[in-house]
Amino acid sequence: MTFTKLMATAALTLGLATGAFAQDKTKVGFVFVGPVGDGGWTYEHNQGRLAVEEEFGDKVETVYVESVAEGPDSERVMTQMALDGADLIFTTSFGYMDPTINVAAKFPNVKFEHATGYKRADNVSTYSARFYEGRAIQGHIAGSMTKSNIIGYIGSFPIPEVIRGINSAYIHAKKVNPDVQFKIIWAYTWFDPAKEADAAKVLIEQGADVILQHTDSTAPQAAAQKAGNVITFGQASDMAQYAPMPRVSSIIDNWAPYYIARTKAVMDGTWTSTDTWDGIGPGMVGIGEISDAVPAEVKAEALEMKDKIASGEYHPFTGPLKKQDGSDWLAEGETADDGTLAGMNFYVEGIEGDIPQ
Amino acid sequence: MALATPVLAVLATMVFGGLLFAVLGKDPLQSILTIFWQPLFGEFAFYYRPQLLVKGAPLVLIAMGLALGFRAGIWNIGAEGQYIIGAICGAAAALAFYPLEAWWIFPLMVICGGLGGFLWAMIPGLLKVKFGTNEILVSLMLVYVAEQLLSSMSLGLLKNPEGYGFPGSRNLQQYASAHNAEIIAGSGMHWGVLAALIAVIFAYVLLTRHRLGFAIRVTGEAPRAAKFGGVNPARLVLFCLGASGMLAGLAGMFEVAGPAGQITIDFNVGYGFTAIIVAFLGRLHPIGILLAGALMALTYIGGDIAQSQLGLPAAAIQVFQGMLLFFLLALDVLTNYRLRFGAAEVA
Repeated sequence: MTFTKLMATAALTLGLATGAFAQDKTKVGFVFVGPVGDGGWTYEHNQGRLAVEEEFGDKVETVYVESVAEGPDSERVMTQMALDGADLIFTTSFGYMDPTINVAAKFPNVKFEHATGYKRADNVSTYSARFYEGRAIQGHIAGSMTKSNIIGYIGSFPIPEVIRGINSAYIHAKKVNPDVQFKIIWAYTWFDPAKEADAAKVLIEQGADVILQHTDSTAPQAAAQKAGNVITFGQASDMAQYAPMPRVSSIIDNWAPYYIARTKAVMDGTWTSTDTWDGIGPGMVGIGEISDAVPAEVKAEALEMKDKIASGEYHPFTGPLKKQDGSDWLAEGETADDGTLAGMNFYVEGIEGDIPQ
Repeated sequence: MALATPVLAVLATMVFGGLLFAVLGKDPLQSILTIFWQPLFGEFAFYYRPQLLVKGAPLVLIAMGLALGFRAGIWNIGAEGQYIIGAICGAAAALAFYPLEAWWIFPLMVICGGLGGFLWAMIPGLLKVKFGTNEILVSLMLVYVAEQLLSSMSLGLLKNPEGYGFPGSRNLQQYASAHNAEIIAGSGMHWGVLAALIAVIFAYVLLTRHRLGFAIRVTGEAPRAAKFGGVNPARLVLFCLGASGMLAGLAGMFEVAGPAGQITIDFNVGYGFTAIIVAFLGRLHPIGILLAGALMALTYIGGDIAQSQLGLPAAAIQVFQGMLLFFLLALDVLTNYRLRFGAAEVA
């Protein structure tokens, strides 16, 4: 038993050694949860990968595997990348968290970056974007533009990131339109065009004339286009092919600057484990062009809010705010702390329905 | 001839897969080599070979159970659901006693996992026996029920209290008594692999030496003859569904306690459905299934390597796997029937 273990360890170390020294190219691996052509989440991560290639040219080699199931399959793919000599590996879905930590423990010299998780190690960083900042702007536009006062929301999984987005959008829709009502459907997927289209259709049938989505495909956009008079927002990617209607704006994930900076840090030997959570200000979250379908004054207000969020003058979660059960959350003028936001598992006052348990 | 077709199918897949890769602008020979050679004999085979066992074991375990039913014309399509329920029951049994460390926890999980899958398969079984419902539909529909139950468990009852509100149970890999660890470190040989091997031997003996196996085979080939021969069809339905449900449940339990580690919303990755392919690829024969499971695992692992090393898209790998089944079925037709062009003759 000890012999095989010894052999395995020796071989692993050997693999590491050759990986780390035998080449001067820095090798960067990417593990994707969807196909690179999803037009949303994975598409933008892949854009970040291409930006890394463009920035460093010959000095870098990137590899990726797409549509990797969360769980043991992802663990194998990461191990395989590390064995093949990757110096830095980005794992771009929440469900890769434990596998990333497991593989990182076996390859102490390889750096790992896990998106949207909360577990770190000496060679594992985490990074995410403050999408809720963009959701605030979406909520403002949605609340101003809805005529039926029903806003449909396609949730992926009831995790804090998604719940944060729902709360942020609701708060800002409610501010401009006290009669607004949210209808939320949980799709339990990040990428499944058929399911997403079904969800959008159901919401439209229930009277929603705004569809917000936290899933990655353009299927809800297509469904809204077919229904007519329904507006949507691009998710993760600009989805500009659906502008000016139904897509009136979008939240764009811009990973390129971060990926370039982290790759550079590995090249320079200055990489350390960190937790990054950037928003509109540093440019990790972009707001796609607001189309002409949006009334001019609403557009102006939305852009003003964007600037205020970027400069730090305004925080989307500013009191007074109550939780759904009526208990106090934030006092007048108080802003939410990152700890609460990171683990958010409650709706704010006014949202109907329960978070699935 | 029946033995030669799988080999021919693999060869045809290599040829046409190679063509596909060539059209995509990749070196076909290198692509095929990467998929079939790298995991077995490549530089890092010491890592991939154990992974073949990890990936193949649940496939073989489930397919073995399914094959028993398929042979008798009893179609359990819902192994994916039984797999999920087995995992939930196994994990729940362990988490109920967390953080107690005791030798009996793992055996208890095995029992609960198997029982969970068994009971879930009993639903279509009893409905068929009592009311004559179609077991294909009922077992398939129960997959979606099981998936909803899985979501509910990850978000509610089994959610990790120290998980910051994120869905998913505690990680069983960090709970020594419940961890389905490798029996020999670095070998990939966990208890599920052992169970799969035992299931293969057991099924082989059952089918070739036992009365029950004979009843299964006769029922599949000539149901009326089986009835005259004294086979009780109701009991056979319950046995086949129960056995396949139990094996699928066990596979789920071994997976959640070992390689996967935790109950999450998307814990299931389709082993229950892939196992149907494995069962047919293996000719519904125990040894064949063993080989087919290994081959399937090989294309998965090799496929991932080809993606990252050669930049092949995931879809191309899936097409490649699809070709394998297509050619096997096509060659089957050509083996059993002769193509005749022109007008049909009156026999």
